[in-house]
Amino acid sequence: MSQRIVIDPVTRIEGHAKISIHLDDAGRVEDARLHIAEFRGFERFCEGRSFRELPVITSRICGICPVSHMLASVKAGDALLAVEVPATAKDLRRIVNLGQLVQSHALSFFHLSAPDWIVGYDAPPEERSVVGLFRREPELARDGIRLRAFGQQVIAAVTGKRIHPAWAVPGGVAAPLAPEAREALLAALPEALAIAERTLARFKRALPERAEEAATFGDFETLHMGMVDPDGTLEHYDGRLRLVSASGEVLADQVDPARFEELIGEAVEPWSYLKFPYYRPWGYPAGIYRVGPLSRLNAAARCGTPRADQELLFFRDLARGPVHASFHYHLARLVEILHALEKVQRLLDDPAILSRDVLAVARRNRLEGVGACEAPRGTLFHHYRVLKGGIVTEVNLVIATGQNNLAMNRTITQIARHFLDGRKITDGLLNRVEAGVRAYDPCLSCSTHAVGQLPLRVELRGPGGELIDAAVRGEGPTGG
Amino acid sequence: MSRKRFATVWLGGCSGCHMSFLDQDERLLELVAAADLVHSPVMDVKRYPEGVDVCLVEGAVANEEHLETLRAVRARTRILVAFGDCAVTGNVTALRNCLGGAREVLDRAYLELADVTPRIPCEPGLVPPLLDRVAPLHAHVPVDRFLPGCPPSADAIHAVLLELLELPAGTPPAAAPRFG
Repeated sequence: MSQRIVIDPVTRIEGHAKISIHLDDAGRVEDARLHIAEFRGFERFCEGRSFRELPVITSRICGICPVSHMLASVKAGDALLAVEVPATAKDLRRIVNLGQLVQSHALSFFHLSAPDWIVGYDAPPEERSVVGLFRREPELARDGIRLRAFGQQVIAAVTGKRIHPAWAVPGGVAAPLAPEAREALLAALPEALAIAERTLARFKRALPERAEEAATFGDFETLHMGMVDPDGTLEHYDGRLRLVSASGEVLADQVDPARFEELIGEAVEPWSYLKFPYYRPWGYPAGIYRVGPLSRLNAAARCGTPRADQELLFFRDLARGPVHASFHYHLARLVEILHALEKVQRLLDDPAILSRDVLAVARRNRLEGVGACEAPRGTLFHHYRVLKGGIVTEVNLVIATGQNNLAMNRTITQIARHFLDGRKITDGLLNRVEAGVRAYDPCLSCSTHAVGQLPLRVELRGPGGELIDAAVRGEGPTGG
Repeated sequence: MSRKRFATVWLGGCSGCHMSFLDQDERLLELVAAADLVHSPVMDVKRYPEGVDVCLVEGAVANEEHLETLRAVRARTRILVAFGDCAVTGNVTALRNCLGGAREVLDRAYLELADVTPRIPCEPGLVPPLLDRVAPLHAHVPVDRFLPGCPPSADAIHAVLLELLELPAGTPPAAAPRFG
């Protein structure tokens, strides 16, 4: 009998989502869908406020990457002021962005995903967590906590607060870097670098055992997008857009993020609060593309820091042309952590970082502005239109996780077909479907700015789409 | 004395409070060594268990599923903590209230800003309908303790958990509690 399995909620992800898997009469997987179950409506309630308020409001879209929203928002504000932001302010913003990349990637890698490959995809659910990880490999769990804490320490040292700092403002930043804060970070960096190095070595050793997951967790051809600097080097704070094809051919390069709407369109499906961005020239859904660590490493020519570039060679060897397997988001995340630490060190070593010239003051000079940066999960855009007095009339936010929506859906279908077809459905197999989503580190807080949070539910549906069995995973009302 | 059981739940919020929970850093390891964390978004136990001593609930009540979850949590929890400003006051999640009902925010995001297939997501059982008014927890169920902050600091969270789980006080927090 045909059926629908619902995984509700998807756990160990940053948000509220469900997954439904549709089986045909013979029990084969027809389709699988990721449903995002939350919506908060930032795009509407930011209207009518001053653009100067938006960095603190939009950072509340997400507690995991508030810095990304703060920065995209102030960059849109910079564009409205039409000022030249002082070089030191840019570098301080860059440091904070990299600090956040470290903490967010560490959270994804250690706290959320490591339980799968250390504790085991098939381990009992109550053991598959950072607590279980701590029992199994306390050093690794402690490393994860320390590395994430370093990222948070960078943010706190520069901005004064770990989460939701009110620090970056249109035109620059509100306060220069204190010399003691710089010293404290430089003193803490060697430990963080050592953790990044040993984690990379540990994960690379584990990769051969995960060949089946690597081959089935979203290994399919798509476009990849990421920001690069003028010579094609990875750039998270202030790059221009590059899009490469499935074979690695550059389709668009050095595109000013202010023109993002020429590249990206958004579609809506009735079964998710998360919208479906696509590469506009290729249409929907043919214009499927991915963003985030995997895509950034595929798009960039190099990282631009020595240790990360060495590890990039290993990453490149995983495939001919772009690395398409979403499982390798995990490795890409570790390479980016290493790069971020090297770059934070480089930026802090420059004495100019202590300059007190960190704010350019101006009134609003333009009526429209776009701010963009690479958030941990991919390219983030804030697009504002304002009235002469600076009151916002229109806000559009294109969020990293949303841009992976088409790919996440295709990934869970691929995993479900591989692991569920004709087998007895077990918790371990369903956990692999969830793990496929986790590889993208979806941030559903963000995605449901406009769209919401991610619990997981699996349903069985008949050929006509009728609900046959809500074989709800961990049935019960509690989602997230 | 039997080990205490605690949990965390995330309703309509940004997860910043949960991030601050994780900002307890190594103290988190001491905590889970002394008491059992039985349910949390960072764990795989999907059903909220019975007999929980302390639960931190982040976020406001913004959709039907949040409400259902909150009621279940209340029924199975001895001490329910409104965790962070959204749970305490509605905060940013409740900013949409001044616009009228849910339809206003949905139309903008899904009808006006979509390029193709504009429509409002609604699939029954999968996409929970929004409530017209976002409300703090205590508007729907009795709350035992309020822990404000956007987010509450890790020190404040740690102190409250030690107290409610009846664990010996750890190292005094380095920084004084702050507002905001």
